[in-house]
Amino acid sequence: MIRRLRDWLPVFAVFAAGILLWQFAFAPWLGHFLLPTPTAIARSLHAHWSVLWQAGWFTLQEALGGFAIGSGLGIAVALALARWRRLSGALMPYAIAANAVPIIAFAPIMNDWFGLLNPRSKMAIAAVLCFFPVLVNTVRGLTTVPPAAIELMRSYAASELQIFRRVRVPNALPFIFTGLKVATVLSMIGAIVGEYFGGSIQALGVQIENSVTLFDLPLAWAAIVVASAMGIAFYSLIGVVERFTMGWHPSAHGVRE
Amino acid sequence: MSTPAPVVALQEVSKRFRGGTIALEGIDLDVHPREFVSLIGPSGCGKSTLLRVIGDLVPPTEGTVTVNGKTAQRARRDRDYGIVFQQAVLYDWRTVAKNIALPLEMLGWDRSKRKARVDEMLQLVELTAFADHHPWQLSGGMQQRVSIARALSFEPALLLMDEPFGALDEMTRERLNVELLRIWSETGSTVVFVTHSIPEAVFLSTRVVVMSPRPGRIAQMIDVDLPQPRTNAVREEPRFFELVTEVREALARGGAEQATAQLVAEGEL
Repeated sequence: MIRRLRDWLPVFAVFAAGILLWQFAFAPWLGHFLLPTPTAIARSLHAHWSVLWQAGWFTLQEALGGFAIGSGLGIAVALALARWRRLSGALMPYAIAANAVPIIAFAPIMNDWFGLLNPRSKMAIAAVLCFFPVLVNTVRGLTTVPPAAIELMRSYAASELQIFRRVRVPNALPFIFTGLKVATVLSMIGAIVGEYFGGSIQALGVQIENSVTLFDLPLAWAAIVVASAMGIAFYSLIGVVERFTMGWHPSAHGVRE
Repeated sequence: MSTPAPVVALQEVSKRFRGGTIALEGIDLDVHPREFVSLIGPSGCGKSTLLRVIGDLVPPTEGTVTVNGKTAQRARRDRDYGIVFQQAVLYDWRTVAKNIALPLEMLGWDRSKRKARVDEMLQLVELTAFADHHPWQLSGGMQQRVSIARALSFEPALLLMDEPFGALDEMTRERLNVELLRIWSETGSTVVFVTHSIPEAVFLSTRVVVMSPRPGRIAQMIDVDLPQPRTNAVREEPRFFELVTEVREALARGGAEQATAQLVAEGEL
């Protein structure tokens, strides 16, 4: 426990130093209007707590939905690509090309397709963002298996399906979780970016957009704090699931590289 | 008097890889029950490929491979052999016990039967205390013992070993050599063992097959008449040194012949 505390101490120290610099150097230097002080943001956060909290939850739900759809599809397609390599050769260039399309360009289109106020339009954007990193990481995990690990299974006359289940999928787990962690953050970004192009007044992105328009910058920053907190919570949740699923992995036992 | 049918019979086996590299050429070799045969030769002489041809992990280009009187493919499907690689190839997500149980799962053994056999195997390789450990918690030597236990768990008649101790330090290697001989004599299996260590080949084997490279051919076969069971004391006997010298000279001759052949081919001689 003491050890844990000592590990976290530098983190807290940097956080405190950053807040102090912000409060007493950056904010006065840039002017309190352009950069509100942390105390002003905290006051705003306190005053608008229930609205912000609800907005955050609303947006997090959109992000979760998009995350589930995008990651689910990413894993499913990766399984197919790893199973049928020829398919992979035919489809991978398109997946890469699709990933190169700026998501900002998709956002208004999704809003048109699924309806501006419908959370599904934001889920779609988040899903598109999540799909690619999960796909790429999963394919890599399924295919970068040491040749001898496959030869061993073949020596037991294992079928392709048995090799998949017993070797490729467990081998891919650390890779899949890396992809999922990246996707958590991307899903929050996707949902909020979608909301900038219009959405329910309950949404966090719309809140940020409105408060900036009204020059209530402390409120905008307070909303950003909520968005970050949601993102961190989501990321940590996947981290916990990872530890739970991969208790066998050296990293779950405090072993460091 | 009739000799028992060979466990492994290779006739005129050749292997040409795509791109034209000839890994093996005209290999004739019979391995009889209870034999411990080492394949030794420099890197690139095709000894590992030969082992994989026997295990039906690499198809030969020409020739016939018979294992236990069946085609190599039939023998693999029937799980007639266990294999050990240079790396232990343990699955990180499985405990030591579950790694050993893997082939038994593939054979469809039920849980209680699996557990009984795994316990036996853990005892055989003296790792009972580590049953629930994960591979990364073990030393390299211990990992390789798990790998051997796994290969032996379903009692295959034939054990194929591809430089299993190559990545280990000399002391661990010598200890595992003795352990392997004990297991070999206890289980009554037949072993084909790939190595590039001359003393290891002589110490372990009943017969050493010396191979020469490019293309991989059998240069010479040397019967090892050291008494059984062998202990580390054998390594200090004059006969051991004689045999080591014999293998070394055979290896050198194989290399010289190959160099000569190459010069002739290039028109230098």
